[in-house]
Parts: sequence; structure tokens; C-alpha cells
Amino acid sequence: MSAPKGRWVSSFSFLLLCASSILTRGRARLLQELSPQEYFSTLQAGRASLAYFSRNVSPGAQPFLEQIENSAEALQDYGISVVKVNCPKEDVSGYCGKENALRKAYLFRGNTLIREFPTDALFDVDSIVANVLFALLFNEVKYVETLADLQDIENALKGRSNMVFAYVPATGTAEHRAVMEAAFVYGTVHQFVLTTEATLLKDTSSDEPDVSSARLLFCHCQRATDLAQPCRRTAMGQALTLLNIHRHLKLMGAPLVTEVAEDPEKVSTVHLQLGLPLVFILSQKETYEADRRTAEFVAWQLLGKAGVALLSRDLVDLKVLLRSNVALKTPNEGVPIKYMVLEDTDDVVTLVEEKSKVAQIQEDEEEEEVEEEEKEDNNQDVQDDQVVEAVSRDKKRELPLEQILALTEDTFHSALLETAQTVVLFYASWEAVSLAVLRSYAEVADHLKGTRGVLLSRVNCWDWPGVCTNENVTQFPTIKIYEKGERSVMYNGMWGAEELISFIMLSRVSCPLKLATMDEAEGYLRGEFPSELSSYHHTSLLGVFSTATSEAREAFEEAGNILSGHVTMGMYVEDDALALSHKYAVSPPALLLARSGGQSVEGIALSKQSAQDMVQMIRYELLDVFPEITVQNLPRYLQLRKPFLILFSDGDIGQMESEEMLKLAKGRLQQGFVACWLNLKKTPVGRGILKTYFATMPSLPVLIWVNLHAGGQVFRFPSEQSITESNVLSWLEKLKAGLEIPSSTLSEEDWKPPLPAYDFLQMMETAVPDLPLHTSHSHGDTPARRPPKSPGGDTAVQEEPSQETEAEKVGSPVRDLRGTAPRLATRDKQGKRHSEL
Amino acid sequence: LGLALYASSLFAASSAAFLYHDYCIIGAGPSGLQAAYFLQRASRDYVVFERSHAPGSFFALYPRHRKLISINKRYTGKSNSEFNLRHDWNSLLSHDRRLLFRRYSRDFFPDADTMVRYLEDFASLLKLRVQYNTAIVHVTLERDRQAWNGHYFLLTDQDRQNYKCSSLLVATGTWVPNVVNFPGSEYVEGYETVSINPEDFAGQTVLILGRGNSAFETAENILGVTNFIHMVSRSRVRLSWATHYVGDLRAINNGLLDTYQLKSLDGLLEGNLEDLAIVKDKKGKLHITLRFYLENRNTSAGIDSITLPQDELDNFATRAPYDRVIRCLGWKFDFSVYNSSLRMMPGKGDKKKYPQIKPSYESRGTRGLFVLGTASHSVDFRKSAGGFIHGFRYTTRAVHRLLENRHHGVPWPSTVYPITQLTNSIIKRVNEASGLYQMFSVLADIILLRENATAFEYLEEYPVGVLAELEMQTGKKGPNELFVILMEYGRNFSGADKDVFYYNRAVGEAQHAWQSNFLHPVIYFYKRLPTEREMRLRPPDWPLPRPDAIHHIVEDFLTDWTAPNAHILPLRRFLENCLSTDLRNFFAESCFLFAFTRQKLPPFCRQGYVRMQGLMGSEGLWRHAVEAGLLEDYTLTDFLGNRPPDSHEESQDQLLRDHVIPVRPLQHLVNAKDE
Repeated sequence: MSAPKGRWVSSFSFLLLCASSILTRGRARLLQELSPQEYFSTLQAGRASLAYFSRNVSPGAQPFLEQIENSAEALQDYGISVVKVNCPKEDVSGYCGKENALRKAYLFRGNTLIREFPTDALFDVDSIVANVLFALLFNEVKYVETLADLQDIENALKGRSNMVFAYVPATGTAEHRAVMEAAFVYGTVHQFVLTTEATLLKDTSSDEPDVSSARLLFCHCQRATDLAQPCRRTAMGQALTLLNIHRHLKLMGAPLVTEVAEDPEKVSTVHLQLGLPLVFILSQKETYEADRRTAEFVAWQLLGKAGVALLSRDLVDLKVLLRSNVALKTPNEGVPIKYMVLEDTDDVVTLVEEKSKVAQIQEDEEEEEVEEEEKEDNNQDVQDDQVVEAVSRDKKRELPLEQILALTEDTFHSALLETAQTVVLFYASWEAVSLAVLRSYAEVADHLKGTRGVLLSRVNCWDWPGVCTNENVTQFPTIKIYEKGERSVMYNGMWGAEELISFIMLSRVSCPLKLATMDEAEGYLRGEFPSELSSYHHTSLLGVFSTATSEAREAFEEAGNILSGHVTMGMYVEDDALALSHKYAVSPPALLLARSGGQSVEGIALSKQSAQDMVQMIRYELLDVFPEITVQNLPRYLQLRKPFLILFSDGDIGQMESEEMLKLAKGRLQQGFVACWLNLKKTPVGRGILKTYFATMPSLPVLIWVNLHAGGQVFRFPSEQSITESNVLSWLEKLKAGLEIPSSTLSEEDWKPPLPAYDFLQMMETAVPDLPLHTSHSHGDTPARRPPKSPGGDTAVQEEPSQETEAEKVGSPVRDLRGTAPRLATRDKQGKRHSEL
Repeated sequence: LGLALYASSLFAASSAAFLYHDYCIIGAGPSGLQAAYFLQRASRDYVVFERSHAPGSFFALYPRHRKLISINKRYTGKSNSEFNLRHDWNSLLSHDRRLLFRRYSRDFFPDADTMVRYLEDFASLLKLRVQYNTAIVHVTLERDRQAWNGHYFLLTDQDRQNYKCSSLLVATGTWVPNVVNFPGSEYVEGYETVSINPEDFAGQTVLILGRGNSAFETAENILGVTNFIHMVSRSRVRLSWATHYVGDLRAINNGLLDTYQLKSLDGLLEGNLEDLAIVKDKKGKLHITLRFYLENRNTSAGIDSITLPQDELDNFATRAPYDRVIRCLGWKFDFSVYNSSLRMMPGKGDKKKYPQIKPSYESRGTRGLFVLGTASHSVDFRKSAGGFIHGFRYTTRAVHRLLENRHHGVPWPSTVYPITQLTNSIIKRVNEASGLYQMFSVLADIILLRENATAFEYLEEYPVGVLAELEMQTGKKGPNELFVILMEYGRNFSGADKDVFYYNRAVGEAQHAWQSNFLHPVIYFYKRLPTEREMRLRPPDWPLPRPDAIHHIVEDFLTDWTAPNAHILPLRRFLENCLSTDLRNFFAESCFLFAFTRQKLPPFCRQGYVRMQGLMGSEGLWRHAVEAGLLEDYTLTDFLGNRPPDSHEESQDQLLRDHVIPVRPLQHLVNAKDE
């Protein structure tokens, strides 16, 4: 009950805004009590008053009395005074003497009686206001019972003015009151027609209406020219409240199509002000008349849902594609206008309806949020860091760290000497990212359990800062792999179990691995040698050198050092036989690349390259031609800084698409883009990407061109075309020529602080106004604002011996078990979100 | 003295007669040895002069009753060596773990002999170059443009051996006893010589002058055997637990307060010692009177003619005669050896026992002369711990770093981190750093933002008083924006008159952190380096001028500021708002989504994920993040794409589907686009 009441109050106050300028009145006591003589002598001509006569208050009249008292305020807004006339005991003349007078209320205008109401018709405020206004607005609101009556009125109005036709299931309801109140304001502008006949509602509606709920139609009779046709009608979609009716009438009163000749960003119409979108039909001189008709057609469809404006491109310099024909401006501030190419008018309507649905959902959410915020006065203290929050939610779970040796300052160095390979995770036990990595590390330990020659260990830098400093660990987490106390490698890959395992395993083999025989080299290319790596699927790189080429060999070895753990690199130095080079038709120095278990071996000639160049080259060569993009491998492709042509697929991609895409990708060197695909089953977050691009999920598979590094425009390959190399290529041509419209553009927004910080400086200034903080600095930008007392703002600084009382008075939040002095009996709860100790 | 002067002018021409060192340190006490340690580690040419045959000669005599009042906490429940130094007040800084004081004593309040032994070990184990039995009796200057500071320091020892130094580090402490002269002061025994055997005081009535730790230590020793003890001093007793100043009366020595306040047995009096006079009667008893009475009397008359206060005021407090009067008034710096050209001036007011120095610990009168140790306490007298081992071991290190930069072009040590480590680096330091903790409000960590705030440089324990000179003193490029991290007590919390145990003395909510009373970290943000003028005009009691923004990390009962929501989160928000960026951590999945849907990435993704160091996270964490609503689970979402292609009931997807029948083609509009 409270919600509709709240809405009622707001609509009421809204009406006050409209009505109070018309009505001026002295706000005296709302319910006057007068004697009959007083009452009748004070009646003013033209002023309405509702009176009831009372002798001793009879018990049965009590509820009625209450209601009428309550309605006094509402009625006063319409200039109607409510009077209780006290009949003297002996007085039996006039109304006091009338039979049943005491069971009735009388509505007077001046001293003319307009109507008598039986008290049972005035059962609550709504019914009192509705009935009183209904009686007073006799001319403004016609009551009809038959369709013929309605048509008569309609016909009479055609070409002259518009009609508001309302159906209410019964009089005296809240809806009835809303209609009457609206009629009070708009009655002179539109003809109001009211009915309670359900049949009439059925006759005026095309669909099967629900007769139990009220309905309001706006009939555009002013524009009607054809007497034979009924006026065009626009039903109000929302519930019948005063605010909604007002809004609807405002919208109906707005021009159907607004002609615009300025920057659409600056345009504002009634629609935008009322929170509705505005659709621009982009027009040109040549097609102006047709566009205008289209705009009107669309406008009729969208009446009450969105505004329509006709924008002449000839008059405004628009920096959008010539092809764009429609633009959408949403009432949300800061959202840029979206330009589109739509093919039929239905698209426009659907678009708006989509928007309004989304907006409705958002509004609901916002409302919830507002409520939330009211409950918690701020949410600055709510954790919004996903890693920190996830780790703290997991803190009660004991981590399975048995497999990981905890090292100390004393054991660190000796532990390194014991095993061939010691992996050390340096972390801080209070730091969230470290703890997240520690969880993955535990998985690694579990996976590598029993692997000989590998020791997994950890150093908590919060306990042993000296070890971490000595090992040059400046940030958390850091993983280093120590080889029998000799050299150490810093792990620089993804913080994930899988990646780490692969790194540890690959690091066990020297990089590059020197291969002694032809058999070893062949086995290496097949992925069978060395045996410890055979279970790890990878691409093998083999450097083939002649005994003479020492320069390239050194560079290769150095590159191997850099890439150790990420790549398997072998090295084969041929003697005079040159058998390997012959077999793969390369001349040393050369690089052999065996993808996926040696099924195909590529040869690449090595020229005089530095180690760095070689690292670059190897990294590049290891990229797949048409990769499946995953969370793990995206960064490698991002580094190419090229646009992405990406096929989103639900599950594996089809044979045909795969082949066509591969053909496309093979030419990638010339084309300069990354052709790839994304498996939504494997990488569900891909749906998040599509949702951002399209608001709703497109049908799959969908081919997207997105330029991540320049402009951020997203294009969608037309779904009616099949994905073939030629189709895609010609589409790409069009893209480049600027003939395609982007589906969306990636947000350019900076990453700003998600929420404000506590402004302690200001708190200090408000609490301690005497603090000479300002005199001492030349760039004082914030003048001291001194509200009388800030909440909890003066316990510490102004405290004299009376600190305690002061603190109690302010109800300061310092009485829980945190901070530096515990108070063991906490009486009132302060903390809401943090767990109390 | 005249001879020495003569000698110096004579030998000035031929400097061969001088033994030259870049650095000369006077005094092999804790601060002298500490300075020597840093110079030795930096391979500098230095020497320490010590008048005694061993280091720490002050501790060989003092405290007289041999109990140090600096705590030696052997257990803290933590293994963090840096943190543990917060509760180790005796160790000097070194890389040698053997030289931790807890290895020398099991006592919470160790014996002074242990300190002497410790200092001997410190000097010998680290092979510090100390020249013992060398008392510097005179110091003067020799102008020379070539010299580091425009002059050399010429030092003369008791054997008239001369030494020449480019830089002089004065670590002599305060060892000259404070003496008050009044009629009868000849009857007063000094703390430095008074008997420490309680038996010598049996059945005696004792008056002690002074109300510091030495006075109470003396009283504590004899409390049990005397008739009663009175203590008199100019100012009220200040309890260190109430003032947070370790130089005030420590609880370990305050047994006399008990007997005074409980049984009116012993007592404290306030009065100006200069107005006193002591008269000895025939029985050898000492009577207190006022200088005023003595001045008016007939000098020839005997003791009986002297007016005693009780003659006029028969309930005068100290009317009972005393058997002994003991002076325990502390010590002052020895100014006598410095030639006037060095302008070694005593400080003003209550700092007159210390020489005047700048916040950089350099003498106000002479460039190149630095005062270390207890004598340097004027910088933070009655505020922080600069006069005590646990404080000046850090200020000495700071002076060394200033010197390294000034004379050897070695910039202040610093580490450069990516901006994603900003919150972490602050949290790490405020939780473990001992220098910040001991030298609260004096030494500060400085964060200089670099490269458009994508990286920052971290400088530890810089003297905050010379913040304006940061560029010159550290050799670091002046930043635009900087953070200053220090520790502070709540202003107005501590003080002699304050009840530090009042209810609600502690703040628990992060949003009220600025009202924290106990030692807590405070972070100042400046858009540019404060100028010297701003430093000079800063509000009283403020270590720094008004910042552009300030953050307090709420005080903590355990001094453990690692709580994710109460400590780290508000700090992150503060840093984010100062830098106008988003410093949250993200799982790789989020970075992946951002990479495809945003043109810009948050720093964590930019510096991690994009560089192939994304945080994959575990399954469990991922689920927690989803439950927290901070990560979206896309596997659950029921999208149209999952349905059979011919189910058309969802109208909202129509727009994005393939169109079938155009209702009313926008033909003209479509045509228009081709023109």
C-alpha cells in the first residue's frame, strides 16, 4: 500500500505545481467548523464548498468525518473549502432540520446547492475528491453510456479539438480521481469523456481489453478531416495516475515531428525531458518530402514512446557516414548519439522498444540501487576489487600447501642446493594477488607431486623481508626458478597453474638443447625427444648450424636463454654431412619449425641477426595462423597491434568456415590483421564481448572486425552472406573504403577512480576551523566551509576532559572492537559490512 | 688553547703535518659507531676519535644504577626482522645478524654493561676504524676553496696531534652534567658521583633535584631504605606513556609516584631551583630556604640568623631538614672545544643543551658539520625518538645518505615500481618499517611519481624537515606529484594534562581515521614539491604544510594495517583519487573482456595481462568473485544463440535477426545513401 500512496503523493505535488499558480488561497484551518449562520453568511459567489451538518457527533459518522477531514487538504487545492456546520441543539430549521441531513454532504457553489452526496458515496479521500470534482466539472467531463453518445461527441470535436476518453471500472476510485484531477487542469484544452461501461471500452479497442483496469485513450480529433473515420487514438500504456496522465497529455500535445536544423547533440524536446528517446530521421534536400512522410509514419507508431525529429543533413554538418539514415538520442546524459543504417520503419520501432525495455530494467535496477544507497549511506567501504574480494571470501579455507616447502631466512640457501630445480614463490601473506597466485601454485604443486628434481617452495616476504630483498624481489608475487644454486630465472608468464607447470617443465630442459645425433634431431622434431617433454604439446624449434656459423649460433643460444621455459629450442650442429639441411631443404644457419608433433616442418633461413631480433622472430613464428583466441593467448596476438577479424562460434567452427578463414588468414602478411576465432563454449566471456557490441546476442557464428588499437570500431559481417574468402575480402574492402557502418565503437573512457575517497582534509577543516591550514599555503583552492557540526567530527581535536560525553553525544562510531583500544561491551551496532572483530 | 691555535695556524701551510680523512667522527658512542658503519660499507675514508679506551664510555658510567630503560623485546610473534626492530631499542643497524641486542641480553631492560660490551663488539666485528684514547680538544676551520664545503675542519687532540677533515660528524652526545648554582649548592651531591649503595641512605631523608629519569632512577634505588624522599623541579613530572615521548618519565622508574600518591610518604614539588638556597646546620642537616632570605641577611651572622621559610609559614612544605641533597639534572652538549668560527650555538629555550642544527642535521653555523646521535635531538626534542638509539640509528643513516649524494654523487637509494604496486608498497612499509615507526613525524618515505604516473620511485626515510630541498639533497629529479608517508599520533591526544585512557579513545571506522589517536600512518599528497617558504609557514604541530589531499590509515590495536576493507581499500581509493585512475586488480578474464570492449585498459591489465602476466586465478576464486557480483558468469546466461534457430517468439531479438519481410521499406532513405 505504501508504494502507490507514495506515487500518489508525488503526482499530487506535481499537480500542485500546475494548479497552485491558478489558485490562490489563504491557507487557514483546513476543516472549518462553523455554525449554520456563520456558514451561510460567508459563502462567496463562485466559490465551492463542501459542507456537512452535524449535531452531536453520532458514532456512525465518525469514519466519514475522518475521511472528509483528510480530503480537506486535497480539495483545498482545487479551491473547495470543507466545512463542518455545527447545528445547535434547538435548531431544526434549514439544513439542520432536514431529514437525513446529517447523513449527507452538500456541495455548494456560492450559495447554490450543486449536489448532495450520501455519505456512503464518500468512503475515502479518492472518492470524495473524484465525486466532488466530477460534480463541479460537469461541463468539462462528459459522461457517456453508449457508443452513439461517444461518436456524437467525437464527431462534434473533429477538426476542432482533441478528446481524452477514459474508462474507469467504477467511479470514486483512485483512477477516477486521477482523471478528474487531470480534467481540472486540462479540461479547457481537451474534451474529457468518461465512462464506466465495459462494452464501450470493448467497442473502442481493437484488442480484447481487460475491463477490470482503467484505460485512457487520447483521440486526435483536431487533425481528423474525414468525418466517416473515427479519430486516431493513442492509448496510454501506463497506469492511470495523475502524473502519467499529465505526461501522456504533454506528449500528445507535442508536435508530431520536430524539424531540426542544428547539431542533434544540442537538440532537446519534450520527449527527452520526459525521459524518452528521440529518433532522428536524417534527410536530404532531394528526398525531403518522402522523408517527412516516413518521419510522420514513424512518429505515429512511436507516439507516446519516443519523439521523432527530421534532421536535414544539408543544413547540419554531420560527421557520420553518408549511408546513415537514422539516429537515436537517449535521454541519458553523456551517451553519444548513435547513428545507424536501418532498412525499414519497423526497425526503428523495434529499436525504440528495445531501448525502452532496457531503460526500464535499468531504471528498476537504479531504483534498487538508490534504495540500497539509502540503506547504506555510502558504498565507498564496499570492496570493489574482484581479486581482493575473492581472496578474502576464500580466506577461511585452508590451502593445501603440504607439497610446498615454506622457506625461511635460515633454510633458504640450503634448500636451493638440495634439488636440481627449486621453484620459489615470493609472496606477501596480506597481498591479494599473491594469495591468488598461491592458490594456483598449490594446484601446480599437486600436479607436479612426485616429479623428481623439482622442489616447489615459497617465501613469505612479510615474514622474511631480508630474503626477498637479497633475492631482488621488489614486487609481489614473484616466482623464480633456481638451478642448483647456480643461476635463477624469473618467471614472466601468466599467473596460472597450467602456464606455470608448462614453464617449470620446459625449464628443466636446457634451452637450446644441444642435439648430438641425427636421430635425436629427428626425434626432437617429432616431439619425442627429450622424453620428459613428450607429454607437453608444443611447437619445436630446431636451429641447424654448420660448424662454421658461430655468430648465428651464439645469437641463437642467447635467444634460447631469454626464451627458456616458454619455448622448446633445440640446436644441431652439423658436421660435413649436412643431412638434416638436405632433408628439409635449408642451408645452415637455418631454423626448423615443427608444429604439432612434426607433421609439418617449416624451414626458415637465419641471417645475421642479433639475439633480440631472433627472439622477436621466434615469438612471431610461434603464433598460429588462424588461432583460437583464449584468455591465455590473447596478449601474444595483441602485441601485433593489428585489427582483429574474429569469428565467434558456439563450440567448434564448421569445416567450411574454418577452411575459408584459414585461406583468409594465410594471406595475413599482406592484409595486416589477426584472423582468429573464439569458442564461446571454451571462452564464455566472449558472450560478454558480443553483449557489449550488440546489446543482445546475435545469431552465431558471427564474424566481427574490430580495430582494438585505432578508433575501436566494430563491424559485423552481414549475416545473410556466407563466410567465404571472397565475401569477406570484398566486405573488408568496403570497410576500408568507409562504406560500412560500425555496429558499435569501443568506449574511449579512461579508467577513473571507481569511487571517491574520504576527504579527510575537508573533515579536518570543518571540524577544526581554527586550524591555520590556509594561511600557510599559497595555492589555497578550497575555501573553508564550516557547517555547524560534522558528524563525529570533533571528538579528538576539541576534546578537553569532557571527551567522553562529547563522543557519546555525537554518537561517534568508535565503540566497536576495532582500532587500538577495545571496548569489550559493544552496546550499539555500528559496523554494517565489516565483520565485527 | 692558545697553543693549539698557534699550532694550527703554523701547520696550515704544510698540511703534511695533518692526518687527513674525508670524514672525521668525534665520539665512538652508538651514533658515532653507527655513522662509521655506513661510511665503512660505502668504502669512505673516515676515522672515529674516542677519548676513552673503548667505545660507549658514557654507558660505562651511566646510568649509575646500570639498568637501561630502552626495551629489548626478544619475542614479538613475528619473524620480520625489520618489524622486530620496532621493539628493539638497543641494536644498531648492520647487516650482521649477530649484532642484534637480543643476542646479548635476555633482560627486557638490559644492563648498561651489556651495552658497553655490545658497542665493543659492534666496533670490532665490523672492523670499524676507531682511534681510541684520542680526545679532541679543539676544532677549527681552514678556509680552502678546493674543500668540499669551502673549508677543512682542523682537529687537535690532547697530545696536540692535528687532524684535517673534509666533513665533521659530531657524535659526542650530551655528557656535561647540568649544574645549578645557588647558595649552598656546594652541599649537593651530583648524580655522576652519588653512592649507588642503598645502605648508604638507610634512615636518611633525601631531597632530589630534578624530575627526569635519572632522578627517579636514583629515588627508585633508595626508596625502600630512606625516611622519605622529596623531589623538586621547575616543571611538572611528565609521564612518557601519557606524552608518547620516551625521554619523559618511564613507568619502570616511577615507584616514588606510588608512595607519594598513596601514602603521602614521598613527594614531588614544583619550584625554580635558582630561587633555592641550602643551609647546613650544626648537626650537618640541610635546610631549604630561599635565596631571597639569604640576600637580606647579615653575612657575618651564623646559621641561626638565617630566616627559614617555616619561620613565617609554619606549614612550609620542605621544612623538615634533609640529610642529603642529590642533583639529577641531566646533561648538556660540550660546546667548549669548538672555535667560535664554527658558530656552534646552543639552542633556544629548553633546547639549550643541544647545538643548533637544521632538519638535515647539519650545523646552522658551519657547512659540512653534522651533529649525530643524542646531540642532534633538537630536531625532534620532546616529540620523537631522535635523541635515543632506536631513533638516531635511522637519522644517522639519513645523514649518511645525504652525504653520499652531496659528496659522492650517489643519489638517495630508491626503487622504481609500476604504478600497480603503489598500494602494496605503502602497505608493506607502514607495516614493517622501523625507521618510520620510531622516527614518527621526522623521517618519511617519499613517493615520486614518474612517467605520467605509470610508475613511481620510492625513497625511504627521508628527513621530512628538508622536503623542500628534496631535489638537491637526494639527487632525484623533481617530480610533479608526490606522496609523503609518515606515522603520526593524533594531534592533541598526548600531553601532560591529558587523560589518555578516556573512553572511545580509539577510532575503529576507516571513515573517521583522521581522528586516530595512536600511532598510525598518514599519507600526504602534493601536486608539486612544497617550497621552503611553505615549509616554514606550516601550521604549528604539523610536520608538513597543507597537502593537496591527505589520508589517514585508521589506527590499529595490533599496528597491523593489512585489513583489506578497513585499511587497504580506503588507501586505494585515496591513491586512485589523487592519481585519477583505477588501481583495482583484475583477473585475466576481465582484462580479456576489457581488451575487446574498451579502447583503454586499467593499469593492472596494461602492466600485467597485456604483458603476458595476467592473473588467471583459480576456479574457486573465480566463483567467489562471481558470487560477490564483481565478475560475470557468462556460462549461465541463456542467450538466443543457444536455442534452435527457428524459435521466433522472442520479439526483442528481431532487430538483430535476419529480416524476413520488410514492412514498409525505407526505400528512399536506402537510396539516399548511395548518392
